[in-house]
Amino acid sequence: MNHALRGKSAIVGLGVAGLGESPGLTSWDIMAQSAQTALADAGLALKDVDGLFCAMMEDSMPVLMAAEYLGIRPRYVDGTLTGGSSFVNYLASATAALDAGLCDVALVCYGSNQRTASGKLVTASRLPPYEAPYKPRYPVSGYAMAAQRHMHKYGTTREQLADVAVAARDWATHNPEAFMRDPITREDVLASRMVSDPLSKLDCCLVTDGGGAMVLTRADRAKDHAKTPVYILGAAAESTHRQISQMPDFTVTAAVESGKRAFAMAGVKPSDIDVLELYDAFTINTILFLEDLGYCAKGEGGAFVADGRIAPGGSLAVNTNGGGLSCTHPGMYGIFTVIEAAHQIRGTAPGIKLDGVDLALAHGNGGVLSSQVTAILGSEATL
Amino acid sequence: MTPDKHFRDGLVAGEIRLQRCSSCHAHIFFPRVLCPACHGTDLDWVNASGQGEVYTFTTVRQRPEKGDDYNVSMIELAEGVRMMTRVDGDPCDVAIGMRVFAYVGEIDGKPAVLCRKTEE
Ligand SMILES: [Zn+2]
Repeated sequence: MNHALRGKSAIVGLGVAGLGESPGLTSWDIMAQSAQTALADAGLALKDVDGLFCAMMEDSMPVLMAAEYLGIRPRYVDGTLTGGSSFVNYLASATAALDAGLCDVALVCYGSNQRTASGKLVTASRLPPYEAPYKPRYPVSGYAMAAQRHMHKYGTTREQLADVAVAARDWATHNPEAFMRDPITREDVLASRMVSDPLSKLDCCLVTDGGGAMVLTRADRAKDHAKTPVYILGAAAESTHRQISQMPDFTVTAAVESGKRAFAMAGVKPSDIDVLELYDAFTINTILFLEDLGYCAKGEGGAFVADGRIAPGGSLAVNTNGGGLSCTHPGMYGIFTVIEAAHQIRGTAPGIKLDGVDLALAHGNGGVLSSQVTAILGSEATL
Repeated sequence: MTPDKHFRDGLVAGEIRLQRCSSCHAHIFFPRVLCPACHGTDLDWVNASGQGEVYTFTTVRQRPEKGDDYNVSMIELAEGVRMMTRVDGDPCDVAIGMRVFAYVGEIDGKPAVLCRKTEE
């Protein structure tokens, strides 16, 4: 039996703004430009928006600040902050709110100016009191410790981590929106400056400016809009911890559960998916999520990503825009996993356009591997 | 009951105080008012044995002008709790599975749990 919310909502508009460097713009400016772009893509305007879904790093009540800036008075808002996964999570809450009639036009939006404003990752997070004295570099040290454990337990190598970065860059070289487009080799990654062992600079996501937005409506009116609708077939979340020290097993993420439930809701299996957009804040992420989402056995992710398997021309298309590693990473990347997944289904991706994509997976990660949210998107043919 | 304060007072006294659940007997770290395993609220305090093992670690690299590279480790104490700490000595000598002894030392003038490698 189909899940009650399967296919009940659709993405009808996509927009990005300020990718790369946008000197002089605030994060709110970039968020608003993204929102305008996505609404124009849908053939809608801000006055039509009555549901707002937004998280930003700059304020403790970002969804209220965003509504104020945009000059709208939404009747439904969700500002749940689970880190970068927040925007994938909003697909679930927006679908439920749309289906229940709590809103009719849902706008999901985000923006950040952190590259030109500070040049380093801006985070609203304060280190937890029992971890702060040891000065882990947040968040990279948490991911580094997960990578170290994975290498110890399964023999994963730095070379295999590097292969993830090389594949991402290979996709990015074809994407005019990507911030880093010069090809790199495994040797380049291994030779880049060590940040927090075993992760070096090229194992880490970019720090860019940029924003993204999406417009969702109920599926029954999705075809009234300008662009081909992309339907939400499944969306599910799970979290295991907030502080990295409390992660139950550093080599297994909650994507095991979020993935299982998202696939069940969509009524599809991992091998049905045509393209995967995974939140690659660090190279270890891609390996962990491929394992946890069922694309290879636990511990085999390192070998799985070797030999260009997830690069252009490989057998599994992963992070086709270049990902957070090479396309863009303005503090929180989650919304871009959904935007690229939807573009691939519509056939409007800015970089390599894959043929015949009907099913796409977007996976968001938040905190230090803390929150995992998986969404399955589909074309009309999959309804 | 003031869990955080009791833990911090312990550090000042040179003790690593852990909570233990009377219902399911799990040891608990970080300190709190309920057991995260069974949600019982009848908790007492024990002093940690100090015996532990490195679960995973990283070396935080710094530009030379900012200071030396340093270790950040996750250790599992014999009681079954995991915590972030630092292992003394050369960060390059730390390895997963290494036996360590946890003690109360000092970071930036404040008491903190630190670890040293134990002789095999
Ligand atoms: Zn208990």
